[in-house]
Amino acid sequence: MESPVEIVQHTAGGVIGVSWLMIAFPLLGAAILLILGRKTDRWGHLLGVAMSLASFVVAVLAFFELLGLSAEQRRQAVHLYEFIPGMADMGLLIDPLSISFALLITGVGSLIHIYSIGYMSHDPDRRRFFSYLNLFVAAMLLLVLADNYLGLFIGWEGVGLASYLLIGFWQFKPSAAVAAKKAFVVNRVGDFGLLVGMFIMWSATGTFAFAELSEKAGGLSQPMVTAIGLLLLLGACGKSAQLPLQSWLLDAMEGPTPVSALIHAATMVTAGVYLVVRSGAFFFPEGSPQALAVAIVGAATLLAGAIIGCAKDDIKKGLAGSTMSQIGYMMLGAGLGPAGYAFAIGHLITHGFFKADMFLGAGSVMHGMNDEVDMRKYGALRKYMPITFVTFMVGYLAIIGFPLLSGYFTKDGIIETAVEHNQVLGWLAVIGAGITGFYMSRMIFMTFFGEKRWAEDAHPHESPTVMTVPLIILSIGSIFLGGYLILSNRLMLWLAPAVGRPEELPQFHFASTPGLATLALVAVGAAYAWMKYGRAEVPAVQPRGSFLTTFARRDLYGDALNESLFMRPGQWLTRIAVFFDNRGIDGVVNGLAAGIGGTSGRLRRIQTGFARTYALSILIGAALLTGALLLVGNI
Amino acid sequence: MTAHYLVLSGLLFAIGAMGVLIRRNAIVVFMCVELMLNACNLAFVTFARQNGNLEGQIIAFFVMVVAAAEVVVGLAIIVTIFRTRRSASVDDANLLKY
Amino acid sequence: MSSLWLPILLAVPVLGAVVVALLPKGADQVAKQVTLAVSLVVLALTLVMAFQFPSAKGDRFKFAAVYDWIPSFGVHFGVGVDGIALVLVVLSAVLVPIVVLASWHDADGVRTADGTLITPKRSVKTYFSLLLVLEAMMIGVFAATDIFLFYVFFEAMLIPMYFMIGSYGGAQRSYAAVKFLLYSLFGGLLMLVAVIGLYVVAGKSTFMFPELVGAIQDPATQKWLFAGFFIAFAIKAPLWPVHTWLPDAAAQAPAGAAVLLVGVLDKVGTFGMLRFCLELFPDAAKAFTMPIVVLAVISIIYGAIVAIGQSDMKRLIAYTSISHFGFIVMGVFAMSQVAQSGATLYMVNHGFATGALFLAAGFLIARRGSPHIADYGGAQKVAPLLAGFFLVAGLAGLSLPGLSSFVSEFMVMTGTYASKAHGSGALTVAAVVSALAVILAAVYILWMVQRVLNGPTAEPVKAFKDLSAREIVVLAPLVALIIGFGFFPKPLLDVINPAVNQTLVNVKVDNPAIAEKGAGQ
Repeated sequence: MESPVEIVQHTAGGVIGVSWLMIAFPLLGAAILLILGRKTDRWGHLLGVAMSLASFVVAVLAFFELLGLSAEQRRQAVHLYEFIPGMADMGLLIDPLSISFALLITGVGSLIHIYSIGYMSHDPDRRRFFSYLNLFVAAMLLLVLADNYLGLFIGWEGVGLASYLLIGFWQFKPSAAVAAKKAFVVNRVGDFGLLVGMFIMWSATGTFAFAELSEKAGGLSQPMVTAIGLLLLLGACGKSAQLPLQSWLLDAMEGPTPVSALIHAATMVTAGVYLVVRSGAFFFPEGSPQALAVAIVGAATLLAGAIIGCAKDDIKKGLAGSTMSQIGYMMLGAGLGPAGYAFAIGHLITHGFFKADMFLGAGSVMHGMNDEVDMRKYGALRKYMPITFVTFMVGYLAIIGFPLLSGYFTKDGIIETAVEHNQVLGWLAVIGAGITGFYMSRMIFMTFFGEKRWAEDAHPHESPTVMTVPLIILSIGSIFLGGYLILSNRLMLWLAPAVGRPEELPQFHFASTPGLATLALVAVGAAYAWMKYGRAEVPAVQPRGSFLTTFARRDLYGDALNESLFMRPGQWLTRIAVFFDNRGIDGVVNGLAAGIGGTSGRLRRIQTGFARTYALSILIGAALLTGALLLVGNI
Repeated sequence: MTAHYLVLSGLLFAIGAMGVLIRRNAIVVFMCVELMLNACNLAFVTFARQNGNLEGQIIAFFVMVVAAAEVVVGLAIIVTIFRTRRSASVDDANLLKY
Repeated sequence: MSSLWLPILLAVPVLGAVVVALLPKGADQVAKQVTLAVSLVVLALTLVMAFQFPSAKGDRFKFAAVYDWIPSFGVHFGVGVDGIALVLVVLSAVLVPIVVLASWHDADGVRTADGTLITPKRSVKTYFSLLLVLEAMMIGVFAATDIFLFYVFFEAMLIPMYFMIGSYGGAQRSYAAVKFLLYSLFGGLLMLVAVIGLYVVAGKSTFMFPELVGAIQDPATQKWLFAGFFIAFAIKAPLWPVHTWLPDAAAQAPAGAAVLLVGVLDKVGTFGMLRFCLELFPDAAKAFTMPIVVLAVISIIYGAIVAIGQSDMKRLIAYTSISHFGFIVMGVFAMSQVAQSGATLYMVNHGFATGALFLAAGFLIARRGSPHIADYGGAQKVAPLLAGFFLVAGLAGLSLPGLSSFVSEFMVMTGTYASKAHGSGALTVAAVVSALAVILAAVYILWMVQRVLNGPTAEPVKAFKDLSAREIVVLAPLVALIIGFGFFPKPLLDVINPAVNQTLVNVKVDNPAIAEKGAGQ
């Protein structure tokens, strides 16, 4: 077991010194596009792409500069400015972990920017779309590059905002507006956890900086560390759509498909995994309750997501279920400590490629099919969209863990490490892989094979080059990246300075028991899918399905649960509170006013207007006064 | 020695007060008020005599002056009311209420 | 050795008000221009003063000026600002020109796009001269260093605001204005009793605040006097359960007046707690900390929940403010440097954020003629700029990180959580419960955004025009400030922090700024 190396203050110049440019470029792009508005409609998308690419270039340069440093020097803190005096500074941390994320975000991000030029070409608001995409890239980079939790949190909510804006991009559709709001609110539940975790950190250590915290975390009491860990996990669950905060991700598919690819598959939703890995100091030692909780959440979600994926006819929702499931794998890996970190991050990176590939492929299919998303209305598309088909197939083979493709190495790594650490969770992951084989094959067969089941006005066609080129690049990554990163432990050694590594480097087994079991289950799943959706006719209308199917179609009743547990009681509470405010508190106030008014209304009746009555009261008053004076005695 | 004067003053005051309370005619009420004022005057003068100084008598003069002024204003009001309402009853002039 | 800065700052708007009031009938346009010019002059003077503040002379209250007013009672015309007062004076000076521009047509008789008259034509001169009088009062109330003078400004502020709501407001304006006035007067009278009590008990024959700090030692006396001041400030702030005047007043006032009411006038309450309740009666303040923090937490959660259930945009914003004022009060009474600096910063940021939200909502209402959320829908399609500003202001209202209100809210919550002033874990619980408001805030803001801006465009909304140049000039500076201070709160905090430290020294809090950082330091 080796710990991460210490963070050193960056002194020399170089690209690392100006790594803030990575954030500044896309931020500038977003600002220009939003402030100048319609004037930039003609070239706005080009500016967006340019800014994303510029950011990518900076990331690559910083990466090579970091490579040139010795392992002890590979955690460079770049101080930017004093944010809240006495509380937190704004600074960046350039280390193997953050730069890996930065490369993924800017690299895949740029490809998706390019793809969007084609995908959004008919949308009158394309410029606005690119401004939001740029805003997202900037916020996401701040999230992963910040050297303290406060900066991370700003990026964290920034990506939440970008996600909100992009899910609701077609806000005139009520469903999109509702989905956007839901995503934000559910995320805020997670943010609550992150916030309270930060309160505890500050209260106990007086800092938010990763560097100081990792030093001081060891001195904290175990319950406190557990509390922080669990609260951070709550935050991670919100952002990464893990149980029990998973419900927003499926609705988030209301956004344009490139958004689903970039934000809701490749980058933002993996921020939870980043948070857990980055906060290693609070998930230590392995097997501590909080680390176990991470692994359990991951295992539960990987199954839940896979089950949901089995029943979806909407191609994007099927992919969304699969995203949930794959992030479950990453969480499982992240819950295993340094032994699993490298596999979790590795799977995160390869998943970023193959899932973005498939989402963009789905987008390409939709582009050719008049934005139809129901797979029951697809079929036999492989002949009409050859490039999309091939690239999608690559992504498919990668995700099911076809030997020697990217997903095979990273997922298998997670499964094997999990089985080593915790038999139950490990074998659950194996079962999950089998289900993955089923639902992904189902998707392939329904979309690209079988008979045509198209709507009458559908004229499928291959997408333009600006869309297919990103697909090809992503699928190349989906083929080779996994093997490159995992074989000979390249990624683990690269990440070691940032996240630590196990004493003994793992050896990749091509024929381990869990590995073989996984392959066998995947084959069974794929074969079953072939029987049901490849060979057999796919009904054009969704059949009624068994109890289990309905369960999966309804997203495991997650929404129903939320509705009956939180929404309805919340609505009642709101109504009661409003009623109480209007009738209770304001009722007392108005009642007091009415009471005083009523009393004076009665009192004035004494003024009868008869002079003799007044005279009598004067006389009585005088007599009483005199009597009182006499009683008191001499004046 | 002065006790008789004081008793007389008290009696006059009581008669005046009763008159104010039970009579309706404004003129009579008015005269009863005058009676009460003069009862007070008598008491003042009596006390002045008893204490051997002048303050009581001076106040009596003040009261007379005020009473005279009051007669002027009061009678004018009564006459005006009588002209407009054809009645000198104080109970009829009860508009100033609530 | 009196500085003339503050007396001039007070005199300029008063003179401006007189000039505007004396303009001949029908010179409406001139009245508006003169008001705008005067308020800009005040803003310029304030900014120059603010930039000189760090180097200015004086130990605590800088730019101090003290003149005898009623010598026989030790009443002075005493003004001066420390960091806390300075930022609030600047807030007032920034908001007034914006409000002047925003209210440009408010007294002309507001018509909707289809020509329906919402509010009839009223005297333009009166409105704008009231606005300038109000500006002088606001600057005066924050700058007063004599408690009697503070009281005079505190009460006198009501007069222009009463007329602005009562004569220029919506349909229920007289109910709202009277409610506002009665509530404030009730609190004001209690405070007057406490002010006189303070004068008598202290026995120093002066109303000057610096000399009265620490003058009252007896704990029981402190508690009574504290209560007198606190109730007045709690009504002003407003704190649950004496808050119901605010939604009525804010909903009925014209948007500009509502901005000043919620953005500045209510801050006098929280400012008063920080300045007077804490420093004059430190023992009582500590004794009452827990009940007050509980009330503050109730305000936070209750205000947020009731806001969710509102159907009227301006009332909704008013309830969000009640929630935010809960945060400020909690921060003030958490007795830690971070929380109090955060609370002070919140007073400023809330002014900008809620100001922007009220004004954007006001622009929507001016177009549609109805404050009811249900009457809108899909405004983003027809008026994207207005929608964008509304969204940013709303996001500031839900304290999105990167916008200014986040910094202050975060400081308040963290400072409260970490405060060891009360020994027990009660403040910790308060901070955690109040953090639930971040979820509720997302619900109330985004649900309103969804119903007003998103969805299919409603028929009457289709006629909306996007923002005019004047309206952009109104909103753009506020949004710039919101974003700017969201990333660079340092300039404000550098001014606020020393003043808060001084306050804590006077309150004799056991844990100075460093100790609250805990064992780690």
